Amino acid sequence: MRERKNKYLDLFLTFMEIGAFTFGGGYSMIPFIDEICVEKKKWITQEQMGNILVIAESTPGPMAINCSTFVGYLKGGMTGAFLATTGVVLPSFFIILLIAMFLDHFLEITIVANAFKGIKIAVGILILNAAFNMIKRQKKEMIPQLILYGAAVVMLLINLFSWNFSSISLLLIAGLFTLVLYLIHCFLFQKGGDRL
Amino acid sequence: MIYLQLFIGFLNVGFFAFGGAYGAIPLIRDVVLSHGWLTEEALTYMIAVSESTPGSIVVNLSTYVGYSQAGIFGAFCATFAAVLPAFLIILFISMVLKNVIKMKGVQAVLYGLNPCVAGIILATGVYMVGQNLFLVHHGARAGIKELILTVVLGGIMFGGKKVFGKKVSPITLIMIAAVLGMVVYGV
Repeated sequence: MRERKNKYLDLFLTFMEIGAFTFGGGYSMIPFIDEICVEKKKWITQEQMGNILVIAESTPGPMAINCSTFVGYLKGGMTGAFLATTGVVLPSFFIILLIAMFLDHFLEITIVANAFKGIKIAVGILILNAAFNMIKRQKKEMIPQLILYGAAVVMLLINLFSWNFSSISLLLIAGLFTLVLYLIHCFLFQKGGDRL
Repeated sequence: MIYLQLFIGFLNVGFFAFGGAYGAIPLIRDVVLSHGWLTEEALTYMIAVSESTPGSIVVNLSTYVGYSQAGIFGAFCATFAAVLPAFLIILFISMVLKNVIKMKGVQAVLYGLNPCVAGIILATGVYMVGQNLFLVHHGARAGIKELILTVVLGGIMFGGKKVFGKKVSPITLIMIAAVLGMVVYGV
């Protein structure tokens, strides 16, 4: 990725690149934020990335918008947020416009369909890789590890059996659980918990 | 007025679509079908297109529905409305976050939320890879081609650092996957 002098231009163009390559929506954004915004450009820290994912999961709207607005704001205030979000939306906006105007049977074009089958497999691998990176950064204490793998197992079951139980409920339970632990800790020791 | 209808319809979607595309699709269905903007069949096809083209599925669908009803300006109205709530909400949170995050109680909640999100993403990754390998696609069982692609792409991603001396970027992997897909499924 090229270095660009102007911070705003850099935000805009980088998020445009990201927007052009996040296939499958939602979680496919995570590998890009991880690789580009955290590791290469160092726009946000790993901890901030964890926070934005928590926020994105618990607020409405597309994850791409949540992430770009957040990173854009941290890097360039209101203008940065606006430019990053516009950048991430523009590629798909124009691609869909082109498809709507000229390509009625887009998915029936064999070569396009074949390319997408390959991309779909890559997206799964990218998300898995991003998950491994995130797991490395988690605290190695018992409670976070328990929540991590507990949530993974429950979420997998939800996906496998199409249970009507959303990831937000899962987050709510995890957050409440550690909050209650913290409150008990405070109550028992009559002070702000230093471990939590 | 169609522009206003599009704007309000997709503002609703943007505001109430929790949990990404899977939360949004039922809402978009409701809005689109109740206004009679697309037929059920056309909408289903467009959802498939939106899943295959880059970018947020919600943005893709709103652009398409907007264009189909009222041309380029319609596409703009629908997309703008779908994006606006998330933009404003995140902007607000980003502004207050710095102060809020120092609070002990918030730290306690994040202590549980952070590993939970990591777990959810792990499950999603495992499920997606597993789905590509084992589940039925369009009436045909996934087979040897999916296995080859998964092994090759996985090898490039996870072994890339050792073989090429540097990590393979997501963009590179997507491009390799597109070419491999054309080759493997083309023969």
